[in-house]
Amino acid sequence: MSVLIFLDQADGHIKKNSFEAACYGAKVAELTGTTAEGIVFGNVNDDLAALGNYGLKKIHAIKNPELNNLDAEVFTKIIADTAEQTGAGIIVFSNNMNGKSIAPRLSARMKAGLVSGAISLPDLSNGFVVKKNVFSGKAFANVSIKTDKKIISLNANAYKVTKVEGSAEVVEHTVTIPAIKVKVTAVNKVIGEVPLSEADLVISGGRGLKSGENWHLITDLAKELGAATACSRAVADADWRPHHEHVGQTGLTISPNMYFAVGISGAIQHLAGVNRSKVIVVINTDPEAPFFKAADYGIVGDAFVVMPKIIEAVKKLKASGHV
Amino acid sequence: MKVLVCISKTPDTTAKITFTDNNTKFAEAGVQFIINPYDEWYALVRAIQLKEADASLQIHLINVGAADNDTVIRKALALGGEEAIRVNAVSDDSFYIAAQIAEVAKQNNYDLILTGKETIDYNGSSIGGMLAELLGMPYVSLATRFELSGTTATITREIDGGEEVNEVQLPLVVSCQKGVAEQRIPNMKGIMGARTKPLKVLEPAAAEHLTAIVSFELPPPKAGVKLVSADNPEELVRLLHEEAKLF
Ligand SMILES: Cc1cc2nc3c(=O)[nH]c(=O)nc-3n(C[C@H](O)[C@H](O)[C@H](O)COP(=O)(O)OP(=O)(O)OC[C@H]3O[C@@H](n4cnc5c(N)ncnc54)[C@H](O)[C@@H]3O)c2cc1C
Ligand SMILES: Nc1ncnc2c1ncn2[C@@H]1O[C@H](COP(=O)(O)O)[C@@H](O)[C@H]1O
Repeated sequence: MSVLIFLDQADGHIKKNSFEAACYGAKVAELTGTTAEGIVFGNVNDDLAALGNYGLKKIHAIKNPELNNLDAEVFTKIIADTAEQTGAGIIVFSNNMNGKSIAPRLSARMKAGLVSGAISLPDLSNGFVVKKNVFSGKAFANVSIKTDKKIISLNANAYKVTKVEGSAEVVEHTVTIPAIKVKVTAVNKVIGEVPLSEADLVISGGRGLKSGENWHLITDLAKELGAATACSRAVADADWRPHHEHVGQTGLTISPNMYFAVGISGAIQHLAGVNRSKVIVVINTDPEAPFFKAADYGIVGDAFVVMPKIIEAVKKLKASGHV
Repeated sequence: MKVLVCISKTPDTTAKITFTDNNTKFAEAGVQFIINPYDEWYALVRAIQLKEADASLQIHLINVGAADNDTVIRKALALGGEEAIRVNAVSDDSFYIAAQIAEVAKQNNYDLILTGKETIDYNGSSIGGMLAELLGMPYVSLATRFELSGTTATITREIDGGEEVNEVQLPLVVSCQKGVAEQRIPNMKGIMGARTKPLKVLEPAAAEHLTAIVSFELPPPKAGVKLVSADNPEELVRLLHEEAKLF
C-alpha cells in the first residue's frame, strides 16, 4: 500500500505547500514501510523527475490540458482511480484551497477517513492517530483514522521541507474524463506577490496605522523580506486594504513562520486566524494590548517611529549579505 | 427552487476552551453556544436574500445533533427559512454527519445546498465536499460571492493568492465565507415566528464513522514575550535574524 501525494499546481508550477506535502508523504511512506508517489494534473513546466529530491519515487502526470483548472468532482475520480491502480493506501494533500475542495470528496468516495489540517506525522503506536488543529488554533485533537484507506491534508508550514538525493520516474497518462461541470470564467490573482496562504513570513497592519496611506510601513518591510502582507478585519472593513488580506476568524487562517503585527490590538477573533504562526512579533503603543500575551517578541512603541528604523535595519542586514 | 442550509452549533468565538474527562470532551459548562458564524452570516443570509428575490423559493435548515441544539436551530429560523430538520445523532466524524445530511437531501431533491466554510470548533472544512460526493453534485468551496440566474450559479471562490470565477449548473453544493452576504440581526417578528415554524426530528440513517477523536490537547503555554526597547528597534531585527533565524 503506497502513499500517493496530490501535487497542486498553478500556472504550470508546483505550489510551495505541495513540496511540504511531498516530504511529509515520503516520511509517512518510510514509517509504514512503503514508497511515495505523486500525482499532478494539467500542464506543468517544472522538472517532475526532480521531485525525487522530495522523496517521491514515481510521478503520475495526468496531462489532459482541461485539467489545468480545478473541478473537484473530476479530480476526485481520477485520484481515486489512480489510487486503486497503484495500490495507494494513504493519500496526502496540502490543506490549501484546492485540497479543501478535493480531499473531503475523495474521503466520501473511497470511504477513507480524513484528517484535515494535520500538523503531525501519524502516531502508529496505537492505530493511526494524527494531530490536527481544532477550535480555531486554540487546541489540538488527536484523531484516529479507523478505515483501511486513509487521507491526510497537511496544514501549511506544518512540515519542514528537506531535500534528498533522487530522481522520480515520471509516468504520463492521458485519461478519459467525465464532463467538467465547473466552468472557470475568470481568474484574478495578485501577480508577483507572495500568496498570503503560502507565505513563510507575513507582515500585517491594524487600525493603529491610522490610514491606508501609511501602508508603506508594512509593504516596505514585506518587500525587503519577501514577505506577504495581511491586515485586521477593521482595516479591510475600512477599505484601507483589500478583503483578501484580512486574517482572523472570518478571514484567512494562516500559519507562517513569522507573523509580524503592527498596530493590531490582538482581539480573540483576530488571533483565531494567526495563532498557529510559529513566531509572533507585535508592535503596539499600548503595553496592555492583548496581542502581547500571544507574542514571542515585541516592542511597546509607536509604529510611525519604530517601523522606519526596522526597515532600515533589515536593509542594512541585507546589504551586509546576511539575509 | 429548494435550498438546504447546513447549520452547526459552535461555542462562541470568545469562549474559553478547556477539556474534561481526561481530555476527551470539550468542557461545555458555562459556555455560550452560537450558530457557526459561517453558516449564519453567509450561507443562511444568502439563502434568505435569494428568497427575497424569488418568493417561491423554499429554504430548509438542517442540523445533525442532539435535542439541546434546538435553541440554536430556532435562532437560525428567526433569521429565515420555512422549516428545520434535526437528525437526532451526535458524532465527531465528518463523514457520518455528511451521510446523514445526504440521506435527507436525497429525499427532498434540493437544487442548492449551502454550508459554511468550516465549523469554528472542528475546523474540518470537509462536510460540504463529502456531501457533494455522496450526492454526485458539483462542489464549489470557499465562495466569496454567489449569484444565481435561473439554474446557473456564478460563484467567486478563493484560490491561493486570489480568486476565480466559476459558472456551474444547479444542483450544486457551495461552502460559503465572508463576502457571500452580510451579517443580519433577527427582528422581533422573526423571533416570534420562529417559535411556530416546524422543526422536524428524524432518527439517523445507518452510516459509518471513519474517524474518531481520541483526545484533545491545549497548546503549551507561551514562554512570554521578549520585549525590546522602542529606542532600539535594531535589536529586534537582530533577534529575529540571529536567535529566531526567521530570515
Ligand atoms: C464574530 C466576530 C468575528 C470577527 N472576525 C475578525 C477577523 O476575522 N479578523 C479580525 O482582525 N477581526 C475580527 N473581528 C473584529 C475584532 O474583534 C477586532 O475588532 C479587530 O480585530 C480590531 O482590529 P485592529 O486591531 O486593527 O483595531 P483596534 O482594535 O482599533 O486596535 C488598534 C491597535 O493599534 C494600537 N495603536 C494605535 N496607534 C498605534 C501606533 N501609532 N503604533 C502602534 N500601535 C498603535 C492600539 O493600541 C490598538 O491596540 C471579529 C469580531 C467579531 C465579533
Ligand atoms: N452537525 C452538523 N449539522 C449540520 N451541518 C453541519 C454540521 N457540522 C457541520 N455542518 C456544516 O458543514 C460545514 C463545514 O463543517 P466542517 O466540515 O465540520 O468544518 C459547516 O459550516 C456547516 O454548514
